[in-house]
Amino acid sequence: MFERAYDIVIIGSGAGGGTVAQELAPLCREGVRIALLEKGPRLSDDEFSGREFEMAQVLYEDGGGFLTADGSMTLAMGVGYGGSTTVYTGTSIIAPERVIQGWNVPDLGFEEIDRRSRKFMEQNNVHFLEDGQINANNQLFVRGCRRLGYGVEQFPVNLNGCKGSSLCNLGCPNQAKQGTNRVQLPRAEREGVEVVTGCEALRIDGQTVLARVAARPAGAKGQPSPWEVGEYRISAKIVIVCAGAVNSPALLMRSRLPARLPRLGHGLTCHPALILVAEHERRITNFVGHPKSYYLDQFVESDGFILETCMYFPFTTAKSLSGFGEPHSQFMRAFPRLQMILVLACDHVDSRNRVTIDGDGRPVVHYRFTPAVKRSLARGTVTSARIFFAAGAERVHVPAAEVTTVKRERAEDLEKIVDERYFRSGSVSVSAAHIQGGCGMGLTAGDSVTDSWGRVHGAPWLFVADASLFPDSVEINPYLTIMALADRVAQRIRQDASDLLS
Amino acid sequence: MTAQPTTETATILRPALPVFRAVVRTVVPEAKALDDTGWSELEALVEESLLGRPRGLQRRLRLFLLLLQWLPILRYGRRFTGLDSRRRARFLSGLQHHRSDLIRVGFWGLRTLALLGYYGRGAAAQAIGYHPDPRGWEAS
Repeated sequence: MFERAYDIVIIGSGAGGGTVAQELAPLCREGVRIALLEKGPRLSDDEFSGREFEMAQVLYEDGGGFLTADGSMTLAMGVGYGGSTTVYTGTSIIAPERVIQGWNVPDLGFEEIDRRSRKFMEQNNVHFLEDGQINANNQLFVRGCRRLGYGVEQFPVNLNGCKGSSLCNLGCPNQAKQGTNRVQLPRAEREGVEVVTGCEALRIDGQTVLARVAARPAGAKGQPSPWEVGEYRISAKIVIVCAGAVNSPALLMRSRLPARLPRLGHGLTCHPALILVAEHERRITNFVGHPKSYYLDQFVESDGFILETCMYFPFTTAKSLSGFGEPHSQFMRAFPRLQMILVLACDHVDSRNRVTIDGDGRPVVHYRFTPAVKRSLARGTVTSARIFFAAGAERVHVPAAEVTTVKRERAEDLEKIVDERYFRSGSVSVSAAHIQGGCGMGLTAGDSVTDSWGRVHGAPWLFVADASLFPDSVEINPYLTIMALADRVAQRIRQDASDLLS
Repeated sequence: MTAQPTTETATILRPALPVFRAVVRTVVPEAKALDDTGWSELEALVEESLLGRPRGLQRRLRLFLLLLQWLPILRYGRRFTGLDSRRRARFLSGLQHHRSDLIRVGFWGLRTLALLGYYGRGAAAQAIGYHPDPRGWEAS
């Protein structure tokens, strides 16, 4: 067992951990020792190959196929230097005011989230792509929406030098996306924060983090961990957990903490999503260009769904199509003519949906689709199909139906064809990448895990700074909100540094 | 990078390899044209994806493949690998729409592995016209 001592240990390097590292880095000038532990590897620029299986195995937990307890949904969680900010599409949206108000967290208002989000929008070069950079897959979505009178919106994105590889979700091969791996972590390291990749935090025992650097398989991607293989006891005056909404609660459950936290793991939401596919007569540009440039959120309040453009890779697409055999293959053979839309359900906290751990301490995610979520996904499917047809598609794949291919001539029957009763585990492929909650903010241990500054109730030296803080769904792509909250947590730690570090 | 089977991982599928291959051929009809190299690559991808997954999941996969091989005897008097392609498809369709969540989810998992192995290969991506280039617009 190796021993290490730091003043501050940060666990995780995604939107939360990267932000906290940057914001606390100036303390290094005063002699404060800060380490950031990241479970995954740090890849060299030339290791981002864009190959689906290869990159998914390296940059996602369980290769992107982390299963919920009943096997009805897969969760995509990024690992490695930059966490999920390495594999998102860079869409940068400020949380809606009504959502922040609805969270009802003491001392946390929309104005503060807005102000802090804008700080990171500027830092991450968030802007709108020019018309010439929008590919046909996105243009068709806009055309379909406008023909139907829908209020389609363009995503601001955090890109710098985008070449349109379309490979965002496999890690940008051109380093154009301004995730924490490109912006906040390098800044933190320049200031003196020590980033230790390949180092997994196993549990927290008092103010000591127990961690492991595992041996790398031969030929594995990424640089070796800067620490040698073995188990570590790392003492710290402050510990900040930023391992994401599944791994943060799981880590705290494995830990010996001075407080009882009955709400730990509860309040999980994830925006369950369907990837929908439609076939056009002619070839369209789909796997060249930024994949996610537009969205439609006008149905959030009435029907609980958001639509976003998307473009996925062969296996992910194949998995998302229901059925098998020749009808399935027909869609796959039409790949260069496919248009895609992502339907995200804005789920809400449900007492059955939560994180626990199994006998080996591995996280287990319990998630049941509520009737409201099934209805949202069905309504989102019907609306998407209308958009596809309005954009000129010939055939649309609708997973929640008895017959899953709808031809143009049956477009009028969509309401009858798509039905939430076909929404059954194992019949429809559902995935989620916006996992939130599990260490929710609130007033006391009776209603939450942390206070509004991310401080764990009953453990003044222990903080959380990631999407697990969300008391309910954010109803939009979450990374800017995570950064805003992490910025706030870091501010509190800086303010209290003299007490906490003494 | 091409995934290579290892001694350790090869044990996950090996006991039921003929059944798994029969499932893949039914799920993706194009797999009938695969040569030995293609199958080897497909199976290596599946093995690699299973590596590091909980042992319980690996056990359930083996059990599901075993059941899938023998259950058709009740209906067709033959094991799954002995059925013609039409009956294989009909049997798998029954699993996909089965009233039991457990059976449907089990089949979904197996179908996912078959699709991962087939479409995870570079050759399959090329064959369906998917050929992204990191240079993006510049290369198109």
